[in-house]
Amino acid sequence: MLKDFIRSSRAKSPWIIHFDCGSCNGCDIETLACLTPLYDVERFGIVNVGNPKHADVLLVTGTVNHRNKHVLKNLYDQMPSPKAVVAIGACGLTGGVFREAYNVLGGVDKVLPVDVYVPGCPPKPEAIIDGVVLALKKFAEKQQAAG
Amino acid sequence: MTSILLGILALILAPLAGGLIAGLDRRVTARVQSRFGPPILQPFYDVAKLFGKEPRMGNVWQIFCAYIYLLGAAVSVFLFFAGADLLLLFFVQAIGAVFLVFGALARPSPYSQIGAQRELMQILTYEPLLILVFVGLAKATGSFKVAAIWSHPEPLLLQLPLLYLVLTTALTIKLRKSPFDFSTSHHGHQEIVKGVLTEYSGPYLGLIELAHWYEVVLVLGICALFWSTSLVGLLVLLAVTYAAEIFVDNTMARLTWRWMLGSALLAGLALSFLNLVWLYLA
Repeated sequence: MLKDFIRSSRAKSPWIIHFDCGSCNGCDIETLACLTPLYDVERFGIVNVGNPKHADVLLVTGTVNHRNKHVLKNLYDQMPSPKAVVAIGACGLTGGVFREAYNVLGGVDKVLPVDVYVPGCPPKPEAIIDGVVLALKKFAEKQQAAG
Repeated sequence: MTSILLGILALILAPLAGGLIAGLDRRVTARVQSRFGPPILQPFYDVAKLFGKEPRMGNVWQIFCAYIYLLGAAVSVFLFFAGADLLLLFFVQAIGAVFLVFGALARPSPYSQIGAQRELMQILTYEPLLILVFVGLAKATGSFKVAAIWSHPEPLLLQLPLLYLVLTTALTIKLRKSPFDFSTSHHGHQEIVKGVLTEYSGPYLGLIELAHWYEVVLVLGICALFWSTSLVGLLVLLAVTYAAEIFVDNTMARLTWRWMLGSALLAGLALSFLNLVWLYLA
């Protein structure tokens, strides 16, 4: 019973950390808009913690380049499992308009295993909230599969 | 015998009460900020989730410190509801509080270190105030025993109004509410990552949250001593006090520790002194 409560609590208490991996700030503003009274993600127990050691879901916006890939990997490694990664915006997904640039690696999935892709330039806050909820569902499924 | 049973009952019920209070607090705070807010049971989901996370800590010291912090808080709640001595309770809760700082200092992270230093400043501020409140209670009732103070025939608030103000200041610091939330805060946004809690994670962060619920119940219990003659008066006093805490939390900016030492501690000492002199003369 306790295990079931813990498992169901996971989906009800996703603490997020938001990393701007070289975004133009468009996606960041939309991500932070989720915290405002209009969208109020705390309704779903979502808290923006700003500390990878407390976070469950990593939100990444922007392109990954050769310099910030180490930071991105480091943040991911500091998060205790179970954890999920959500890539946000065209740049986070594939590198966007910058994908041909000499210093750009591409999307977040070049470095980390991404669970959910939220497309858009920038995506709407509703889509971002949807992405986080989907990520939680995904890692619940992963746990079920692992037993 | 009944007092020990009462203490054990409190040990079981205090986390439930503390979690519910935290949930209500978050809900009301959200409403004050014109948001909808999380479910009332949200703190329980948070802690359950934390217990289900991978245990990953930097060193053994920190784990030890998390347990001692919980033990200190739980034992002081037990002592309070068992009607034991206020001074004993004071020292037991101080041990818990200091071990939280030790745990944070056991890691080289600068955020954790700054948080620990600030937490020490907060302890330095509220401990003298708390002990003065206990002295006032003992002066008014003639005993340091919680049981004796509890059965005092008239509400102590009428004799110790200034000391009650001092106690609410200590409560604000203990609850980590603005303007005194600089060692760490319950809100997502803050200046030094997560201060004293930065390096605690997973189940050990859960333990600390649990200990915090015990502390909230303890401090509200001490507040309850000021109107122990009727249940209605007690509940009204606690509700008004906590509502005031939420109001202050939402209207105040975080201030510096210098400001806290300079005004909260000095004003607290002055108010306590006035109240004690008045008690002595009356």
